[in-house]
Amino acid sequence: MKQATNNEILKIEKLKKYFHIGKDKKGPIYVRAVDGVTLSIKYGETLGLVGESGSGKSTIAYTVVGMYRPTSGQIMFKGKNIGIEASRRSLSSKKEIQIVFQDPGSSLNPRQTIEQILALPFRIHTQMPKRQFREKMVELLEKVELSPDYLYKSPPSIGGGEKQMVAIARAMASNPSLIVLDEPTSALDVSVQAKIINKLIDLQKEMHLTYLFITHDLSLMRNVANRIAIMYLGKICEVADSVTFFEKPLHPYTQMLISSVPVITEEEKKLKPKKVISIGEIPSPVNIPPGCSFHLRCPYKMSLCSKVDPEMIEVFPGHIVRCHLFAKLENKKQERSDWCEEESAIY
Amino acid sequence: MKTKENVLLNIKNLHVWYKVYGGYLKVLNGVHLMVREGERVGLVGEAGCGKTTTMKSILQILPPGEFHIPQGQIFYKGQDILKISFKELQRLRSREIAMIFQDPTAALNPVFTIGNQIGDVIKYSAAFEENVHKEKIKTLSIKVLKEVYLPDSERIYLNYPFQLSGGMRQRVCIAMAISSPRNLLIADEPGTSLDVTIQDQIMRLLNEIVEKRKTSIILITHSLGVAKEMTDRIYVMYAGAIVETALPEVLFKNPVHPYTKGLLASVPKISGGGIAKGIPGKLPSYLNPPSGCRFQPRCEQESPICSEKPPQLFEIEKDHLVACYLTQR
Repeated sequence: MKQATNNEILKIEKLKKYFHIGKDKKGPIYVRAVDGVTLSIKYGETLGLVGESGSGKSTIAYTVVGMYRPTSGQIMFKGKNIGIEASRRSLSSKKEIQIVFQDPGSSLNPRQTIEQILALPFRIHTQMPKRQFREKMVELLEKVELSPDYLYKSPPSIGGGEKQMVAIARAMASNPSLIVLDEPTSALDVSVQAKIINKLIDLQKEMHLTYLFITHDLSLMRNVANRIAIMYLGKICEVADSVTFFEKPLHPYTQMLISSVPVITEEEKKLKPKKVISIGEIPSPVNIPPGCSFHLRCPYKMSLCSKVDPEMIEVFPGHIVRCHLFAKLENKKQERSDWCEEESAIY
Repeated sequence: MKTKENVLLNIKNLHVWYKVYGGYLKVLNGVHLMVREGERVGLVGEAGCGKTTTMKSILQILPPGEFHIPQGQIFYKGQDILKISFKELQRLRSREIAMIFQDPTAALNPVFTIGNQIGDVIKYSAAFEENVHKEKIKTLSIKVLKEVYLPDSERIYLNYPFQLSGGMRQRVCIAMAISSPRNLLIADEPGTSLDVTIQDQIMRLLNEIVEKRKTSIILITHSLGVAKEMTDRIYVMYAGAIVETALPEVLFKNPVHPYTKGLLASVPKISGGGIAKGIPGKLPSYLNPPSGCRFQPRCEQESPICSEKPPQLFEIEKDHLVACYLTQR
């Protein structure tokens, strides 16, 4: 990861976002939504950010697009620090980063027509004369397989999948290079989801886009993302490429997540770790447990876990884990085959 | 074992319409569903296909005055429950069938304690047999809270719903459903509003309860994976009608109806392999539904007969029924 600094489009370093919610005798109380996250996204890849609700994944999305100002830490976009709220960012950096929200019913204004919705990015980000807008908008709608007569419809009169397609078209309008997808299909049915995901993959190839894909659906990520990062209570637990991630999950939380996914085929059943079953619930981000935040639910917990917060360890090239179980492996840097034996020794 | 005597619930050709300004929304269009004693039945379908309407018409908790049942019967233990008196219906709701709703936050009353709400269920359901003492209600409530693995159940007994997390609230809802003896549980997407790890816990709990108490369960879900892991028989529903029913192993190995095929292909798998195209089009409008097969506008293998009249369920092999003209030629 270290050598590849020049092909990173976005680099998040030690990002923290605390929300002040009140105070008591000890001082102010914060919700520690994002607590020291370091992540990087390469040009043209899809990074899947997965976590349970309350893990802070949407907060990262909103901080990247500038809806929140980070408490501390840096967000480097194409080498420039953009760790400030959107109102203070330059227009060109805003043009490059766009977002698609979870619920298209509330992210599109129901009182506007699709034409008005799609015209806004052109008005802000281009010097194009108004009479050329229509042509461009029809082009955009064609990209998401909607006919030009949708321009005169309003969001409430079209279906959920079509609304999300309009939201995607709006994000594409300013010709961005990074799109943050905040659970774009979780409000939709599987048959509609399949259509939208395929469209997103096609558009990525066509327009050379980079995606930060936020979701809680692991099986979707296996088919969409190049790399997956798992979040738990504002911290990253594990980062790996999507194949390794399912075939050799290291962090106990990742194993718990994969073993909880309901599956259909026998092939999938083989991938499920049998030793870790889901117990407990995600603690409140106001009272994050000391040490490793996962130790209350972890089946492999040691006495060290409740005292010391583990560091990020690169166990294999590109495979990063935050867990004490792997600390001793760091120095050895073994081959993957050796590791398999090591694993059975630990568990 | 699977003889006719053991049939617990039998829905026959059920039609339910909702009254709206422009006429009737013809939501259910001939639903057939059968639950045997001790059987775990899964009802799978996309949002808006009428799963919840079917379940609500069993308990008759559809919005009063806004619906119309033009035809159909629901037999419970051999008796048509659409025709029974109000008192019998109350007994049915409190002693025989219980329902677990999708959103536990909406299902619990925010201004009463958990103990209060579970106590009510026990009190009113017991009233059909005997009067229960106040103290006994409390011990019974705490016992049932322990049964759904809620830690520190004495404290939770005194808590309000907003003091609990989503997963705990759903456990309370399950506790309410099993607080008096029931023969049939209806679980309406019990894990959908929860995280995947919590959903897994809730599903394991439901499975354990069903096995321990030997009740039947109808599990409504839109996740085919959950249905596969949890049920003995799956019904696939589309636009107000059952399109295919089979045992899980058969259904996932050999889906026959074009809709089932499309639905199965759309599910992303953790073993990879990409995502299929999905099903083109969207659900038809219930105000003016297609006259024949309701899937026909989205179907790639349509023929002239499809738009004439709706296909009936047809047994292509034992325990595998499909409503499609493709199988009947």
